[in-house]
Amino acid sequence: MKLNLALAQINTVLGDVNRNLEKHLTLIKEARNKGADLIIFPELSLTGYILQDLVPTVALHPDDSDPVFNQLLEASRAIDIMVGFVEEDSRNRFYIACAYLSDGKVLHVHHKVYLPTYGLFDEGRFFAAGDGVNAFDTRFGRVGMLICEDFWHASLPYVLWLDGADLFLFASASPGRGLPHTNNGCEPGKLDSARWVDEINRAYAGLFTSFVVHTNRVGYEDGLNFWGGASAYNPDGEPIIQGPQHQEALVMTELDLNQLHRTRVRLPLLRDEKSSLVLKEITRINQKHNA
Amino acid sequence: MPDLSIDTELARTILTGFIKTEITRSGFSRTVLGLSGGIDSALACYLAAEALGPENVLAIRMPYKTSSKDSLEHAQLIIDDLGVQSLTVPITDMVDPLIERFPDMENRRKGNIMARQRMIILFDQSEAFKGLVLGTGNKTEILLGYSTLYGDSACAINPIGDLYKAQVRELSKAIGVPQALLDKAPSADLWIGQTDEQELGFTYEEADRLLYLLIDQRYKPEECIEAGFAENFVKAVIQRVRKNQFKRVLPPIAKLSNRTMGYDFLYLRDWGT
Repeated sequence: MKLNLALAQINTVLGDVNRNLEKHLTLIKEARNKGADLIIFPELSLTGYILQDLVPTVALHPDDSDPVFNQLLEASRAIDIMVGFVEEDSRNRFYIACAYLSDGKVLHVHHKVYLPTYGLFDEGRFFAAGDGVNAFDTRFGRVGMLICEDFWHASLPYVLWLDGADLFLFASASPGRGLPHTNNGCEPGKLDSARWVDEINRAYAGLFTSFVVHTNRVGYEDGLNFWGGASAYNPDGEPIIQGPQHQEALVMTELDLNQLHRTRVRLPLLRDEKSSLVLKEITRINQKHNA
Repeated sequence: MPDLSIDTELARTILTGFIKTEITRSGFSRTVLGLSGGIDSALACYLAAEALGPENVLAIRMPYKTSSKDSLEHAQLIIDDLGVQSLTVPITDMVDPLIERFPDMENRRKGNIMARQRMIILFDQSEAFKGLVLGTGNKTEILLGYSTLYGDSACAINPIGDLYKAQVRELSKAIGVPQALLDKAPSADLWIGQTDEQELGFTYEEADRLLYLLIDQRYKPEECIEAGFAENFVKAVIQRVRKNQFKRVLPPIAKLSNRTMGYDFLYLRDWGT
């Protein structure tokens, strides 16, 4: 089976959900016209990233009674959509969230689990951490969705892999940092943070013999730049495509899902993975820490 | 020795994008900056011209009667090379009355008056030209506090404040700043013969290398000494960075209420645009 993907590495307007929604709907139409089956937007694509005290003013509910999600769900009848937003739950906790929409339904919502709160990051001040991670079924197979810092920890992709994910969809609003030194032979044109993210995503694809797809936003918020560079890797850990750095783009690509079969026949890491052993050892280590 | 080289093309892309985005999101399309004839404002001018188009950049030369002829000429070189708009507004008659009123004023006070007078002109021209004031301070001088508060440090946005002096030099060379500016000794030119390095007591080259380790790489002082820097130098620089923090933050407001600016009233500057 072939999966036609559109990676929307877009700029957003800080705090203006309706303007961002307009852009989403336009790109969704464009992706559909170009034959895409699924369009992936970056982290917090409906709101912008450094929200701070704006968080409560941009929060949404991912169901069709919500005027924003209502329109996205309608659009999802023609193409699957992964979108980034702020969710306010029934007890007024706010999450960095992404939703997978298909055929008028919300198939899954993920709440960002790892909230970076160090250096330039302050997510833990404004958001609640998600308390779980689950793979879910789509018409393309079983999918794992994660947001930015979530996949900077090996733990969550690993858990999703065990939960059956063969296709990883990662969404980021990753601020660019680390101007590379020209004297040490690093790839030009990519900030250190871009190189780091690409390297680990490629590693996940190879280690889990799965597809890894990553969309990141572009633009600026105050002095922070966002580097774009959307990418996809196949189960052999080979790059399929990379979007441009620091430029808005709708990156189109095709995944040949049959590659999963070919790679895993050659390299059955999944078959040989000993998750019970892992659980036993982690339990032992946690008990040691808690003693 | 720490590697201070940079990917100049990537820096250029990010910084021109920054200038264009931050200026246009505020509803403007133009910028104003003070062109001293030094390398920092030259670099800012090249970046601005590339980001916005030279017709949208107003470069202002603001000499005092003791300013070196070189600085005026070098600034003109930039103006001619880029085709930016320009103005020359001498500050002598504006600042001399104040200086003469306090006859035992030292050079430092005079220098600060000149820097702040230039700020006044820039912000006034900002309104006349309808462009935002572009900052020209580099990372080394911001960390060392080698600037005048509300003087040359005052601006709307600063594209080069995360580049050490050595990196400003490398990017300036790559972007086409004339050799004459790359070659000369850095100077605030506030009195005859003044040079940055005499005033600081060390060279920018030494300061850059130490600051890169201390600040960017988070080396402890002991680790810097182990890396070959003199203990006194390390101590002096750390002290200088710490004591100048006040130049890098907003003045503290005393907290009384449950929501105070600077503490729990948290929005980006971009929220206002």
